[in-house]
Amino acid sequence: MSKTESVARPKEETVAIQDGIAVGLSAAAYGVSYGALAVAAGLDVWQTCVMSLLMFTGGSQFALIGVLATGGAAAGPTAIASAAILGVRNGIYGIRMAPIIGGRWWLRALAAHVTIDETTAVSTGQPTLRSQRIGFWTTAVTVYLGWNLTSLIGALIGDLLGDPRQWGLDAAAAAAFLGLLWPRLRQRQTIAVASAAAVVALVLTPVVLPGLPVLIAGLVAVVVGAFNWFDSAPKKGAA
Amino acid sequence: MTLWQIVIIASLLCLALKLSGYLVPKSALEKPATSRIANLLTIALLAALVSVQTFGHGEGLQVDARLPALVVAAVLFSLRVPFVLVVIAAAAVAALIRLSGWG
Repeated sequence: MSKTESVARPKEETVAIQDGIAVGLSAAAYGVSYGALAVAAGLDVWQTCVMSLLMFTGGSQFALIGVLATGGAAAGPTAIASAAILGVRNGIYGIRMAPIIGGRWWLRALAAHVTIDETTAVSTGQPTLRSQRIGFWTTAVTVYLGWNLTSLIGALIGDLLGDPRQWGLDAAAAAAFLGLLWPRLRQRQTIAVASAAAVVALVLTPVVLPGLPVLIAGLVAVVVGAFNWFDSAPKKGAA
Repeated sequence: MTLWQIVIIASLLCLALKLSGYLVPKSALEKPATSRIANLLTIALLAALVSVQTFGHGEGLQVDARLPALVVAAVLFSLRVPFVLVVIAAAAVAALIRLSGWG
């Protein structure tokens, strides 16, 4: 890039870069908890890092190790299914991001791999097409490098810690899921689904094989979503 | 199933799901029920994972140091404390309770 181009960077593009770096860094920070929990769940350091490199979507990664932590390798199929179902939303993000990314097929394939909560949120929050692209790629690079680096650090720390319960890592996993859930609890419908799914999973835990309670709880979402129950219709007199 | 198989299959599935978004036409989102269910699925699974991770114990349920830790986490999230600090705080609460012999 020539000097004259960089001097004339519009304000919204600077904002997009700043947003991308800020969101990317905060997302990368919890890679440490993922890495430590993955090792506590029985993965080795290599497996923990391959997940971050190849799967690269925090919710699915936490879900997979969460199911493995309770059911071990025998719960493999349900662990895989949990990770995949949580990965469906990235496909939805892709539909939204495709027209913004544009370009050649290899650029779109690369973009697909980094199409996750954070990149989509930053990109779609920018005002112009150019700043949307800048926001997307800035966040993508920051999260990808940061997440993989901190996953490795977390895995190495987890390896040193020994018994995960003694350090409260099982409680940390519950808190991590709550943190992923928290920003999504805005409407009546989402709160209703979350509460019902939590109860369904709990009731089923002593009855069915490990991992299955979480999958079956997903049916709550299918039923409520299909019939659009608890929809937050605009209230009378509300702004 | 080995752990490596689980890791690789799940990773490739997640990758395929991401790619599929760039391949399907935009009209797939026009049916509101589709995107609504996808959004709610994320919420249902995360909520189920919270409860299983908090109370699950082998193939049964157990109330222990994880519950107060989760309550502390909920309070901190509602105060907009950053994710990583909340996770550390939750671990610390559970670890301290166990250290003191209650949990």
